[in-house]
Amino acid sequence: MYKIRSAEFLAPNIKKFVIEAPKIAEKRKAGQFVIIRIKEGGERVPLTIADSDISEGTITIIAQGIGKTTKELNTFQAGDSIQDVVGPLGKPSHIENFGTAVSIGGGVGTAIAYPTAVALKQAGNHTISIIGGRSREFVILEDEMRKVCDEVYPTTDDGSYGYHGFVTQKLKELIDSGRKIDFVLAIGPIPMMKAIAETTRPYGIQTMVSLNPIMVDGTGMCGGCRATVDNKTVFVCVDGPEFDAHKVDFALLAQRNKSYLGDEKTALEKQTLEQKSREEEKKEHECNYDKMFFSKISS
Amino acid sequence: MEEISKKDRMKIPRQKMPEQSGEKRVTNFDEVNLGFTEELAKLEALRCIQCPKPTCIEGCPVGVKIRDFIGLVAQGDYLAAAAKIKEDNALPAVCGRVCPQEVQCESQCIMGKKHEAVGIGRLERFVADFERENVGIRTPQVKARTGKKVAIIGSGPAGLSCAGDLIKMGHEVTIFEALHELGGVLVYGIPQFRLPKEIVKAEVEALQKLGVNFQTNAVIGFTDTIDELLQNGYDAVFVAVGAGLPYFLNIPGENLNGVYSSNEFLTRVNLMKAYKFPEYDTPVFNCSNKNVAVFGGGNTAMDAVRTAKRLGAKKAYIIYRRSEVELPARKEEVHHAKEEGVEFLFLENPIEFIGQDGWIKQARLQKMALGEPDQSGRRKPVPVDGSEHLMDIDMAIIAIGNGSNPILQKTTPDLNFNKRGNIVIEESTMKTSKKGVFAGGDIVSGGATVILAMGAGRKAASAINDYLSNPES
Ligand SMILES: Cc1cc2nc3c(=O)[nH]c(=O)nc-3n(C[C@H](O)[C@H](O)[C@H](O)COP(=O)(O)OP(=O)(O)OC[C@H]3O[C@@H](n4cnc5c(N)ncnc54)[C@H](O)[C@@H]3O)c2cc1C
Ligand SMILES: Cc1cc2nc3c(=O)[nH]c(=O)nc-3n(C[C@H](O)[C@H](O)[C@H](O)COP(=O)(O)OP(=O)(O)OC[C@H]3O[C@@H](n4cnc5c(N)ncnc54)[C@H](O)[C@@H]3O)c2cc1C
Ligand code: SF4
Ligand code: SF4
Ligand code: FES
Repeated sequence: MYKIRSAEFLAPNIKKFVIEAPKIAEKRKAGQFVIIRIKEGGERVPLTIADSDISEGTITIIAQGIGKTTKELNTFQAGDSIQDVVGPLGKPSHIENFGTAVSIGGGVGTAIAYPTAVALKQAGNHTISIIGGRSREFVILEDEMRKVCDEVYPTTDDGSYGYHGFVTQKLKELIDSGRKIDFVLAIGPIPMMKAIAETTRPYGIQTMVSLNPIMVDGTGMCGGCRATVDNKTVFVCVDGPEFDAHKVDFALLAQRNKSYLGDEKTALEKQTLEQKSREEEKKEHECNYDKMFFSKISS
Repeated sequence: MEEISKKDRMKIPRQKMPEQSGEKRVTNFDEVNLGFTEELAKLEALRCIQCPKPTCIEGCPVGVKIRDFIGLVAQGDYLAAAAKIKEDNALPAVCGRVCPQEVQCESQCIMGKKHEAVGIGRLERFVADFERENVGIRTPQVKARTGKKVAIIGSGPAGLSCAGDLIKMGHEVTIFEALHELGGVLVYGIPQFRLPKEIVKAEVEALQKLGVNFQTNAVIGFTDTIDELLQNGYDAVFVAVGAGLPYFLNIPGENLNGVYSSNEFLTRVNLMKAYKFPEYDTPVFNCSNKNVAVFGGGNTAMDAVRTAKRLGAKKAYIIYRRSEVELPARKEEVHHAKEEGVEFLFLENPIEFIGQDGWIKQARLQKMALGEPDQSGRRKPVPVDGSEHLMDIDMAIIAIGNGSNPILQKTTPDLNFNKRGNIVIEESTMKTSKKGVFAGGDIVSGGATVILAMGAGRKAASAINDYLSNPES
C-alpha cells in the first residue's frame, strides 16, 4: 500500500496527489510514469510522475477524472492509500540543450509536460511554456511553470484568461514572430497533439509528443499499448511514451483508445449506482469541501 | 487389494479423470478436471507394475521418483507420496495439472507399450491436492541462517522453486516481481479453469511461511538495476524473468481494434479478472455472440480460444498453419477444446486483417501445404498459390509465441544475451557472464514448460549455494 500524503484539486476534476513511494522518487526521471491500481480488483492505469521529493520519499501525480478509475481516484484524500504503484516506467525524455525549447500542455497535459520543462531548463535551454485550458479554471500549474520557465503563456479557449485561443495559435504566433524555436514538446488531448505536429511540420521544428494509449502491465509484456510510429509498430510503455510527433499515426491512437468505450460506460454506471455519483460530482466542483464530504470508497 | 496379481493389475483400465461436462464448463471458469477420488487414485496406482527399472523417470525432466510415489499411493499413504514427489518437484499440484505428460513421463511408461500409460500426472495432482486440502502444504526444515542474501527476479515457477531451495539452505531470499501478483505465467497466463489461482497462492504462502520475502511492483531494470541489487547487499542474483514479449504476425491491419496478443487477452482475463467485469474494473473485448479467431497452436492458443468460448463467443476458431499432428499444445487441452465446441482450421495462415471503422472485420487467409521438415523437425508449411480467401471475424488473438523482454538487456550492459534475446549461461553452473548473476527458466531457454523452468530454478539454487560458499571458485 502506498500512502497519500496530500491531495488537492488544482482544477475542476483535476487532482494532485503526493504519494509515499521512496524508491520511485529516487529513481524517476522526467518523462517517466507509474502504473497504479487504486484498490484490490481495480484496473491498472498509467499516470505521469509530475514531480518527486527524494528527501520526503514522495512522488506527485496529477490525475484528471475522465472514467471509472480516475474518477474514483479523485475521491481519495490525504491519509488514504493506493493499493499498487509501480515504476518508474517508460523511457525518460530525451533532454539536451536544444537552444529554445517550448513545452506545451493542454489541460492535464500540463502536468505531464511540467517535469520535462524542468529538465529542459536544467539542461540550459531558453524555456518557454504554453499552457492551455478551456477556461481560466482549467489552466493548471501556472505558478510552478513560472518558476522554471523563462516565458509562460497561459491560453484559454474562451478568452477568460491569458491568450484567447488554442495553444497551437499561440505557438504559431511565436514562430511567425521570427523567434528561433529549436524544440517543441506537446502533451494533451490527441487532437491537440496532432494539431501541434501539423503546426511545426512545415518549419521542420523537432517536435515530441507523449502518447497515452490504454495500458495493462506497462512493461512490454502485453502489446496492448501498441501504436504506429514511422509506419512501424511500437510498444508505447517501453519504447516511449515520447515519440517524434511528425511520425505518429494519431488517428490509430485515437481509434485504439476507443476500444472499451461501451465497457467503460458500464463500469461508470456501476460506479454511479454505488456512489450516487451525482452528488459526488457536485462536490468535486466545490473542491475546497472535498475534505469534509468525500468518504473513501471501499478498498 | 494387496494380493492383486501383476496380470490383474494390467487388466485395470486407465482411470478417467472426472470432469465438468463440455456444455456446462463453457459457461463458467471453474476447473475442468475435478481430480481423482481416493478410490480412482488407488485403482490407477495399482496399474503401475512397479518396474525394477522404471523407464518413466527418464521422461520426467526433474526425475520425480515416480514408481516409489505411486507405490505409496497404492498403499494409501498419500502424505508420504507427497513428500516423495517433493524431493524432486517443488510444485506437484501445478505440474500434475499442466505438464505435457504425454510427451514426458507418461510417454516412457512401460504400460503404454501394450496398454495405456499409467496416469502419472493425475496421480501427482491427486497426491498434492490431498496434502494441501487435508494437512496444508508442509514446510520442510530450514537450515541455520548463513547470512547470505539472494535476490530473485521474477516469481514464475523458476523463481519460486529456486527460492524454495535457497531458503531451506539457510540463505535470505527476496523475490522481486514486476506485477502486483505472484506466480508469473501461472497467474497471468494459464487460466483459472486449468490451474486455479488458489493453488499458486498456497504455494506462495508456503514460501512466505518459510521466510521468503516478496516484493511486488518491482520492475528490475527500472525500480532497481541488477547492479544496484548487488551493491545493496545481495550476494547473488537469480534472473528468472520468463519469456514475456509477445510476437505479432507483422501483417497489415494488426493494430486494428479487436486484435490482441494472447498475453494481453489472457492477462486481462486471468490476472485482472476481466471475466468478472464490471465487478472487477478491467474490461476485455466483449466476445459475446462474436466470431473469435486465435492464431497459433500451442498451449497459449488453446487457453485463449477456450477463454473466448467461456466469454460467450458464438464461434471460436484455432487457425494453425501446420496440420493437427504438429499441434504443440498438450493433447488434453486440444481434446477439451474440441469438446467445448472450438473449431480447428489447419493449414491456414493469415496475411492481412481488414477493418471497418477501426475494428477488425475480416482476416485474409492463405492455405498452406506441408513441405520438407525444418530445424524443429516438423514439416514446414508453404503457401499454396492462389488459395487466398476471406473469413469474417470480430476478434483476432495472436498466440504465436513469446520472445524475451528487453528491459534487463537494456539496463544490464555486461550481461550476455544471444541474438534471440535469451541470457547466455554456462549450462553446468547456470552462471551468466556477470559475476554473482545466475539465470534460468524461459529467459534462458525461450518459451518452454513449467517443469523445465522449475528444474532450472532448483539447479540454480544448488549452483548459487556453491557460489555463496566459495565466490571465487
Ligand atoms: C504514459 C501515460 C501517462 C499518463 N499520464 C497521465 C497523467 O499524468 N494524468 C492524467 O490524468 N492522465 C494520464 N494519462 C491518461 C490516463 O492513464 C487515463 O486517463 C486513464 O487510464 C483513464 O482511466 P479511467 O478508468 O479513469 O477511464 P476509462 O473509463 O478507461 O476511460 C474514459 C474515457 O477516456 C478514454 N481513455 C481511455 N484510456 C485513455 C488514455 N490512456 N488516454 C486518454 N484517454 C483514454 C476512453 O476512450 C474513454 O472515452 C496517461 C496515460 C499514459 C499512457
Ligand atoms: C498461456 C500459457 C499457457 C501455458 N501452458 C503451459 C502448460 O500447460 N504446461 C507447461 O508446462 N507450460 C505451459 N506454459 C509455459 C510455462 O508457463 C512457462 O514455460 C513457465 O511459466 C516459465 O517459467 P519462468 O519462471 O521462466 O517464467 P514466467 O512464468 O514467465 O515468470 C516470470 C516472471 O518474471 C516477472 N518479470 C519479468 N521481467 C521482470 C523484471 N524486469 N523485474 C521483475 N520481474 C519481472 C514476470 O512478471 C513474471 O511474473 C504456458 C505458457 C503460457 C504463456
Ligand atoms: S513433474 Fe511432470 S513430467 Fe515429471 S512426473 Fe510429474 S507430471 Fe510427469
Ligand atoms: S514405467 Fe509405468 S509401470 Fe513402470 S514404474 Fe513407471 S509408471 Fe509404473
Ligand atoms: S502496456 Fe503491455 S506492453 Fe505496454
